[in-house]
Amino acid sequence: MSTPYLALEGLTKAYPGVVANDNVSFQIMPGEVHALLGENGAGKSTLVKMIYGLVKPDRGAMRVNGATYEPANPHAARGSGVAMVFQHFSLFDALDVAENIALGMDNPPRMRALAARIREVSEAYGLPLDPSRRVGDLSAGERQRVEIVRCLLQNPKLLIMDEPTSVLTPQEVQILFETLRKLSSEGTAILYISHKLEEIRTLCDRATVLRLGKVVGAANPREKSARELAEMMVGTVLHTPSRDTTAPGEVLLTVNDLTLPAASQFGTTLKGVSLELRAGEVLGIAGVAGNGQDELLGALSGERLSAANAVTLSGKPIGRLGPNARRRLGLLAAPEERLGHAAAPEMSLTENALLTGDIREKLTRNGFVGWSKARAFAKKIIEGFDVRTPGTETAAGALSGGNLQKFVIGREILQRPTVLVVNQPTWGVDASAAAAIRQALLDLAAEGAGLIVISQDLDELMEISDRFSALNEGRLARAVPAKGLTVDEIGLMMGGAHDMHEAHAEDSPRTAQEVPA
Amino acid sequence: MDFGSINPILLIASLMVASTPILLAALGEMVVEKAGVLNLGVEGMMITGAVVGFAIGVNTGSSWAGFAVAALAGAALSMIFAIITQVLLSNQVATGLGLTLFGLGLSSLIGKPYVGMKAPGFAKLHIPGLSEIPFVGPVLFRHDPMVYVSILIVAGVWYLLTFTRAGLILRAVGENHNAAHALGYKVKTVRFAAIAFGGAMAGLGGAYVSLVRVPQWVEGMTAGAGWIALAIVVFASWRPWRILLGAYLFGGITVLQLNLQAAGSSIPVEYLSMSPYVITILVLVIISIRGNHGAPGSLGRVFHASH
Repeated sequence: MSTPYLALEGLTKAYPGVVANDNVSFQIMPGEVHALLGENGAGKSTLVKMIYGLVKPDRGAMRVNGATYEPANPHAARGSGVAMVFQHFSLFDALDVAENIALGMDNPPRMRALAARIREVSEAYGLPLDPSRRVGDLSAGERQRVEIVRCLLQNPKLLIMDEPTSVLTPQEVQILFETLRKLSSEGTAILYISHKLEEIRTLCDRATVLRLGKVVGAANPREKSARELAEMMVGTVLHTPSRDTTAPGEVLLTVNDLTLPAASQFGTTLKGVSLELRAGEVLGIAGVAGNGQDELLGALSGERLSAANAVTLSGKPIGRLGPNARRRLGLLAAPEERLGHAAAPEMSLTENALLTGDIREKLTRNGFVGWSKARAFAKKIIEGFDVRTPGTETAAGALSGGNLQKFVIGREILQRPTVLVVNQPTWGVDASAAAAIRQALLDLAAEGAGLIVISQDLDELMEISDRFSALNEGRLARAVPAKGLTVDEIGLMMGGAHDMHEAHAEDSPRTAQEVPA
Repeated sequence: MDFGSINPILLIASLMVASTPILLAALGEMVVEKAGVLNLGVEGMMITGAVVGFAIGVNTGSSWAGFAVAALAGAALSMIFAIITQVLLSNQVATGLGLTLFGLGLSSLIGKPYVGMKAPGFAKLHIPGLSEIPFVGPVLFRHDPMVYVSILIVAGVWYLLTFTRAGLILRAVGENHNAAHALGYKVKTVRFAAIAFGGAMAGLGGAYVSLVRVPQWVEGMTAGAGWIALAIVVFASWRPWRILLGAYLFGGITVLQLNLQAAGSSIPVEYLSMSPYVITILVLVIISIRGNHGAPGSLGRVFHASH
């Protein structure tokens, strides 16, 4: 057996009140695609930050090719051949592609030479890029290419990828996987972090599972089912949401040829969006981030006004009504951004419950707040949706993402909406909480409400939707029944692969110019 | 009123002199903002530079020494701002306003003994040949050296920001400090350096007012030039050569209104005096309506390296 490229030995890192990593040990072989699995808060991010030199471990050691490896900063890590593609892109919108790439390199060549190298490497790996374009104008998939090409230009021996596919269409994911397989066949090790288990089963050779900072197991993901992997992560048996199918009732909500200009410089224009939602029905809307999801939610919730007849609720034109007037009629919404949009982080849960629940739950009277009623409403949400919090007076921002998400969704569901619009209802929520939220949404539909679920998680949409549609550059595809849809059909609705093409197996400039280590 | 008494050559020549303090201060503030920091203390650093430069100039008899120490004084004052906002993570707007008030108070304290004294004088350049060209000579080539130094600094800042790696890192830090940190750049070090440069430039601009433009020490003599410099940064969309354009434009308005006053314009003096400030506000309103052009992404946001 050869020496592993990277060996972790008993890595421990503690923060005040929490041990992020506890005695973590595993090895990554050259050319191996190694998955790191775990729920939110399992310690994956801290671990990769230690490998990339952003955080120093309290205890334990790392070895690269058998030699001690103690990176003081990312420069040192890159010097040892470790490169990282970040989950939240570490890009600069106002700078162009070449400048962004130069910033990620330790000794970048002159700009003109760099631009030529970018073209060459990006073509060879099927990730075409124009070095002179401004990054702020690129799509999410293209922005990720910039990150990957930035790493590839430095001939990495280990490429760390943190949730790389959350912003890609299925076709783009296929192309990315081709690129990664090509890299691994050239001997580059890949540490792949994701909670999309099917992807890990297709791509990865080995998986290490973290739970609460500890390694709880290793597996060959190809030999395990997604469900077995999920249960290793969570440590308990998972419930699959279930529902009784009901025949859809009368039309509740219609959107008729809605066109709305973008609200901001990097926003998306909605173009001719039409949809129809019936009682008891779940309409799932897929799409890569930034294709009009926020704008559609805003147009439905009343944050953005449109022509009166562009949006109707039970036949009544509501396009000119604001959010509170729409709430009064039974149209409720839960936006994607929890902190600052769905909830005010500095305010207590009681106050947050009051902010949207006031009208339908009658929490104020003659302009005076009924605090005891508001508190009771907040308490009802906390108990009904298993929100883990010390009490109703805790600040919303102090809750973990998953708990706050349960609170935000529960707050709307308990107001008995006629129509509920949610955007990314389980984003960043752990598997068991996500299952609970999906179950609550299905129960609401079974009671006769109409639901629009906007999400980037296709598995989630396929699990709960009756009908399925997708947003692509502000246009909404015609809704089709969700049953029997293939991933390819969904991918085409989401806009296909844009202009990516798969990596050519031959003529790699990288191997040709390989520097002897 | 007598327009004939306004000499166009003198008008344009004095335009460059009137603009130089704003140009220097605005250029420094632009670099600070490019690094993502909003320092509203420009006025305070200018007036401190003005009094310190004047005091050193009077005591040593050398304007050059005055400029050098004024730059140091501006940079020193800006370090207070840097420590409070970058290390102690306070609000940049409030701290900047505080710095301006502090600078105004400090300068009148230091300046008390120097009221009514005369500046040492600063020889104008005489370039044989160029200075003799009719019209162009007196307009462009008969100024003191600082006017040319200020234009050289514009070119230098432009070159540094556009073509060097240091400039790229500075822009990256201002555009997205979290990403810059994740790539391993030292956000705070870059910002300290930028703030010090901004302070030094404001100090130079202030010293130019007291040593060349006026030239004597009067309490509160910068009279809002620091605020105009802040506005010019926005007007220029954070671009060096547009800073030059903006500064000369506002300098031109200042000189023109002074000339109109001297020529006995029928417009009341108060309106003429306020005109540069009114136009500043108008320009800012127009630019805001057009949208946000080129403001650095992390401008004014507190950076805290959390892991």
